[in-house]
Amino acid sequence: MSNYNDVSGRIFNIQKFSVHDGPGIRTIVFLKGCYLRCKWCCNPESQEYKIQTMVTGGVEKTVGQDITVGEVIGKIKKDMPYYRRSGGGVTLSGGECLCQIRFATALLEGCKDNGINTAIETTGFAEYEVIEKILPYVDTVLMDIKHINSYKHKEFTSQPNERILENARKIAENAKELIIRVPVIPTFNDTVEEIKAIAEFAKSLKGVKRLHLLPYHNFGMDKYEGLGRKYELKDLKPPTAEHMQKLLAVVNETGLDGQIGG
Amino acid sequence: MAKYRIYDCEKTERITKLVDALFDKMPEIESERAVLLTESYKATESEPMIMRRAKAFAHILKNIPIVIRPNELVVGSPTKTSRSCQTFPEYSFQWLEDEFDTLATRSADPFHISEETKKALAEVHKYWRGKTSSELATSYMDEKALLAIEHNIFTPGNYFYNGVGHISVKYGEVLEIGYEGIIEKAKAQLEKCKISDGDYIERATFLKAVIISCEAAIDYAQRYAELAKAEAEKETDSTRRRELEIISENCRRVPAKGARTFYEACQSFWFVQMLIQLEGSGHSVSPGRFDQYMYPYYKADMESGRITPDFAQELIDCIWVKLNDSSKVRDLASAEGFAGYSLFQNLIAGGQTPEGLDATNDLSFMTIQATMHVLLPQPSFSVRVWNGSPHEFLIKAAELTRTGVGLPAYYNDEVIIPALINRGLTLAEARNFCIIGCVEPQTPGRTDGWHDAAFFNMCRPLELVFSNGVDKGVQIGPKTGDVTKMKTFDEFYDAYKTQTSYMIELMVNADNAIDVAHAKRCPLPYLSTMVDDCIKKGKSVQEGGAVHNFTGPQGFGVANMADALYAVKKLVFDEKKITMAELKDALEANFGKGDDNAEELTVQIVKELEKAGVKITEDKIAEIYSSVKNETANADNLRAAEIKKMIDEIPKFGNDIEDVDSFARDVAYTYTKPLEKYTNPRGGKYQAGLYPVSANVPLGAQTGATPDGRYAKTPVADGVSPSAGKDVNGPTASANSVSRLDHFIASNGTLFNMKFHPTALAGREGLESFVSLIRGYFDQKGSHVQFNVVSRETLKDAQKNPEKYKSLVVRVAGYSALFTTLSKSLQDDIINRTEQMNF
Repeated sequence: MSNYNDVSGRIFNIQKFSVHDGPGIRTIVFLKGCYLRCKWCCNPESQEYKIQTMVTGGVEKTVGQDITVGEVIGKIKKDMPYYRRSGGGVTLSGGECLCQIRFATALLEGCKDNGINTAIETTGFAEYEVIEKILPYVDTVLMDIKHINSYKHKEFTSQPNERILENARKIAENAKELIIRVPVIPTFNDTVEEIKAIAEFAKSLKGVKRLHLLPYHNFGMDKYEGLGRKYELKDLKPPTAEHMQKLLAVVNETGLDGQIGG
Repeated sequence: MAKYRIYDCEKTERITKLVDALFDKMPEIESERAVLLTESYKATESEPMIMRRAKAFAHILKNIPIVIRPNELVVGSPTKTSRSCQTFPEYSFQWLEDEFDTLATRSADPFHISEETKKALAEVHKYWRGKTSSELATSYMDEKALLAIEHNIFTPGNYFYNGVGHISVKYGEVLEIGYEGIIEKAKAQLEKCKISDGDYIERATFLKAVIISCEAAIDYAQRYAELAKAEAEKETDSTRRRELEIISENCRRVPAKGARTFYEACQSFWFVQMLIQLEGSGHSVSPGRFDQYMYPYYKADMESGRITPDFAQELIDCIWVKLNDSSKVRDLASAEGFAGYSLFQNLIAGGQTPEGLDATNDLSFMTIQATMHVLLPQPSFSVRVWNGSPHEFLIKAAELTRTGVGLPAYYNDEVIIPALINRGLTLAEARNFCIIGCVEPQTPGRTDGWHDAAFFNMCRPLELVFSNGVDKGVQIGPKTGDVTKMKTFDEFYDAYKTQTSYMIELMVNADNAIDVAHAKRCPLPYLSTMVDDCIKKGKSVQEGGAVHNFTGPQGFGVANMADALYAVKKLVFDEKKITMAELKDALEANFGKGDDNAEELTVQIVKELEKAGVKITEDKIAEIYSSVKNETANADNLRAAEIKKMIDEIPKFGNDIEDVDSFARDVAYTYTKPLEKYTNPRGGKYQAGLYPVSANVPLGAQTGATPDGRYAKTPVADGVSPSAGKDVNGPTASANSVSRLDHFIASNGTLFNMKFHPTALAGREGLESFVSLIRGYFDQKGSHVQFNVVSRETLKDAQKNPEKYKSLVVRVAGYSALFTTLSKSLQDDIINRTEQMNF
């Protein structure tokens, strides 16, 4: 066993009793730093790797802390009884966990050694050689496909999508389970055609059976202000329930098992 | 085929009508029982008490008004109007008379009382002066114990002024052989006695009293049979006429004889449940394992096609309504401590058979369904959880939790069974446990648990450590020395243990005095017919007739004391950031907040001065007021507030911090362990509970500031739950901390409250994680958990006072989160969403 316990990384939150990012009751570890700058991002404090100050409720709060794998595992293990009973475990979120590949891999290796189910939430935006390192320790990959059109993808997320789509194919070949997630953002990807294109792509991936449609919400809005940033989508309204149902039908038509929400 | 029939039928129109009718009128106090009781007592003065009780019971049942309410299928009401109550002057009456004129207008549990009733009660009360169980208890009690009660260290008020109740009888035996069968058993015992036996006099008198009581119950049912018949004859609606005829036939048959059908079993059950509460005034008369003893009748009817599941469900629903149709008037202070007219009739579903097999059956599911149909607080509905509990049963229970009715409470077989074996029960008895009242486990039909024996405020002995045993100028506790001169934490902790142990001893004295008073003045022959081994032993439950006899006074404030002692250890002794003298000053200054209730205090002082004959002028009042205010202003409030801040930064119980939690475990032992060595007059043991009912609020109001940073007069932590707002790491962390207490030793029950928003239980997924949370907590050997699934109003309050709701979980979008950590706009969103919640 390699000594992963001393590997250090940077996180900004550990959220317990989460029931929507992977199976069962889960602990979510939010890692700091991301390659993408999605305009709708509800965790804008996750994007920068550097430790920041954010104002919430008029109080300044430090966002980000450096912590070792051993310390994080200590915290994760506290909820073992609940993982056991619910089939839950740990999910790495962010931010993008692939940005801190050494820490993320060490953390998941440690989880596996402790018999904990693992999942990652990822944009898939990294060298595949990087992704390859973490896959042996991941039970479920929750990967976003935000748009099939690379130009539009870049406009809204700051990065093109070619590498993401290519990685999706490779992850599908090698991961134990891959679930595709689509944040449904009005004016970006919420038409029937756009969702259909994503669903068809997802369907073409080896072994992929499930797709989650995550309706846009603006709950992160206040955080932008807290970080002294502008929220560009201020006037955007979340998609209606009826529209989500329509999109869900589109997903299910491809033969995938679609669901609204994580 | 599925193992269970999970049947989600709609409630019938009848049930809606019955539920609505409950709330037609304000509950009323009725005088008939008190008048009839007194008549009988006056006529039997030369006789032994047990016989007088039996004859009084018979006299009451023969003459008390009886009524069949519209639409009822199961009949028998102790009062003419719904949710009303009779009174029990044999236990105590003075408080009632004192409150005659305020009963209707008080905020907690108001009752209407007519002038006529007042007059009738005042008249009979004249007879009872000096004859009540509470007066006898007072005369038995040690002066030091009385003093401790007066100073609110502990409160044995419940049994001091009322009957004991807190029992689950052999319902199954009455269903099976009826009271005629029990009379046969008593007669057989009587035949075994020789009139020359040394114990013949008392034994035979008791057995004769048993027979009189059983006959009284039979005759009472016959009165209902006649009434139903007469009403049927007058009834113009043919459906209702037939219903009344069947009711009449049922009452003719049961509880005199064994029940032959499920319907008869329901009627028989109800008579038992109701009559116990007419014989004595004790609450928490608990039906217990209803799904077990009723099941044979249901099964037989289903197999023979005699009954449809819909009708069986309607009958159960009818019983559920009946359980809400009685109430109990309490004195103002107790009404606040037991708010909600509650009778705490605990009924439990699921669990194991005495042989250790899973006991879940179709009725277990139907009892959950009944609670969902009536959505009323009674019965206090509970479920048992063990490793073999069917998943679908827990999911169904979780669905009930989701309705927000606060039921069921969940109990862990894996803790309670070994805990009861440790108290001397056999394995089979322990496996057959039910819950009494709030959270107290016992084996039914064989136990006199005296479960709710007293509230012990664990914070008060710590106050005594700081005052060297003095409270309000009186030396009520031992002199443990000047707290500011204590050199080590152990010395300080030992002083706390000394004060606690001393007060426990006094509490035992008080409880035993009350215990003996009940045996002497209020033995209950009718109740004793249904508890083993009363008939065999020839004595009543109150005289020690039960197989198992316990006394279970409950401590509360574990979390406060854990946090307080931990803070003292860290700040005063380990880190030496503050001195004990500074802490003492800070506590006296209420952490710089002063006395919020200067006005109230002034009024109190003025009243006392007036009582002492001092003439009070306006100027004098102003003078008193300013001196009350000044007293607090003089203290070094700034430093006190600083100390409060330091205390707040010390880790607290409820956050899954092993060091703090093991400390809490040890602190709980300071109450639970010393208690174990005491015995009661019925030959049984003391066992501790850790739960407060709702007394943590009124009794907290009598408690000064505590070193955990709790302000004076604010509520004390409820049960074994962390202090409100101190558990900030979510539900799993909170549950982990609570599970680190020793729940096995607190075998009189522990109570853990959790709060959830309904959205956290949304969908099948929500139910699944909820059940996993309970399972996870129980795997770690927690004993009990109950859930508050909170409303929009609560959320709004949480927004205004976030410090009180730090552990409130809500489902946000794709995840659940702590409500108070969310942004204002998101909170608003969730608040607005709840109104549209529709399960």
